Amino acid sequence: MKFERYGIGIAKGLAVTIRHLLRRPVTTQYPEQRLNTSRRIRGNELIWDKDKCTGCATCAKTCPQGSIEIVTSVMIDENKYQVEKFEVDTGYCIFCGLCVEACPYDALFMGYSYERAKYRRGELVMANEALLASAERQPSGYARPEVAAALPKQSLLLDNDRGKR
Amino acid sequence: MTMTTLPPDWPGNFWAHWAIFAVIIIVFVLLMFMVFVWLERRAMGIMQARLGPNRAGPFGIFQPAADGLKVMLKEDIVPAKGDKVVHWLAPLVAVVPVLMIFAVVPFQGGAILADLNIGILYIVAISSVATVGVFMAGWASNNKYSLLGAMRQVAAVVSYEIPVVLSVVGVILLTGSLSMQQIVMAQDVPFILLQPLGFLLFFIGALAEINRAPFDLMEADSELVAGFHIEYSGMKFALFYLVEYGEALAISAIVTTLFLGGWRGPLLPPWLWFLVKVGLVFFVMVWIRTTVPRVRIDQLMALAWKFLFPLSLLNLIITAVEILAWPSVSPWVLVPINFAIMIVLILLWSRLFKLGWGRVEV
Repeated sequence: MKFERYGIGIAKGLAVTIRHLLRRPVTTQYPEQRLNTSRRIRGNELIWDKDKCTGCATCAKTCPQGSIEIVTSVMIDENKYQVEKFEVDTGYCIFCGLCVEACPYDALFMGYSYERAKYRRGELVMANEALLASAERQPSGYARPEVAAALPKQSLLLDNDRGKR
Repeated sequence: MTMTTLPPDWPGNFWAHWAIFAVIIIVFVLLMFMVFVWLERRAMGIMQARLGPNRAGPFGIFQPAADGLKVMLKEDIVPAKGDKVVHWLAPLVAVVPVLMIFAVVPFQGGAILADLNIGILYIVAISSVATVGVFMAGWASNNKYSLLGAMRQVAAVVSYEIPVVLSVVGVILLTGSLSMQQIVMAQDVPFILLQPLGFLLFFIGALAEINRAPFDLMEADSELVAGFHIEYSGMKFALFYLVEYGEALAISAIVTTLFLGGWRGPLLPPWLWFLVKVGLVFFVMVWIRTTVPRVRIDQLMALAWKFLFPLSLLNLIITAVEILAWPSVSPWVLVPINFAIMIVLILLWSRLFKLGWGRVEV
């Protein structure tokens, strides 16, 4: 005689839910607790290294959205380009990361931050000094293995599951 | 066992008694409504490995107050093509009967608004009126989802009223009285032990009648969006929310009174025993809600007519035979017999009970 249809399934289910009453929650209380994001996150904004940049405009050419604008002038005596304007319209950016992959001098990084939402569209257009790395704007390890190695390991929701209370 | 009873007209004056208990009942219902909302969300959260509300106050205990404040500040929207008068009247028609149920619920010996000698019949009659309010809401909203939800609600209440009432009759046979106070006094052995099958049928039927999960398909969020109260907002919605939890509170109180010995219990004061038992019954409802998925409308109807109805009839006949055959036997002899009868009947009926004749299992 099989006991499948005599409410046994419901009894088993009730046992499962009551056991969960004694289990620790796996949720993260976001503003107070934070998970480490992926080390290769393609976060909010591009980060630009002014010293490494040669003004070759490879990033601007590879951008599918055309959201990078770069203006250079020639410095004859040093045989170099002078970057006069490096402007990214983050509102158009699709975070494909092609510019970062294409940069031949590792002067461009994806951002590691994820809380840089803006209130005005105008604030999304960022240029020159605003694109440099700072305390809030850390470079991500996307396509930059040496940056990724220095970042903390990604924490998973699975680590929150500590079993019994 | 303490039997501290108040005189039936405490504190001596008819109108004073009436006024004091009216205030007590309204405060009790509103307070327990908040406690239940918090308990349900918190317990469900923990059972789903979440935390539940935890922002407003310690452990989120002020969450229901915050919700209430929010809902009172919201705009009251009436559908342009709806029946305005009925739309306005429906929440009131639904709320008043729920509050009226508590008039005959004994909080402790003598602490009762009106010890009617037809107490349980009064409850059965008055609790059906709330359904009229729900149907008015469904109709007046002029919305297909709300009308469907309201029609399901009426169908469920009409069907489930029968097994619920028949299982109550078993308790009445044991007591020999319809008065809630007499039913409590008669329970030297809680009737859950003497009437295990009746308790099970009553509880399942009551869950369906107050459309709690797994029988909440009248307000199924995922298919009917919210059922009858889809077009309600602001204070009117709050009233329907109050009806939902007020009915859950009423059913918890009735189950406590009919089957769990009401306010009777050792050591603790009677009113505290009553509250503890009510809370326990409500916790079981929450527990079931987190566990069992929602049933379909045909499953709902089949369960009422093919499973609960015949079993409650059999339960009634068996109880009557026991009372006639062994009127003076100790209840402790009947307890194991009744449990054995319950298990045998449920196993037998589960074999007979089939769902979905149109679908072939492979």
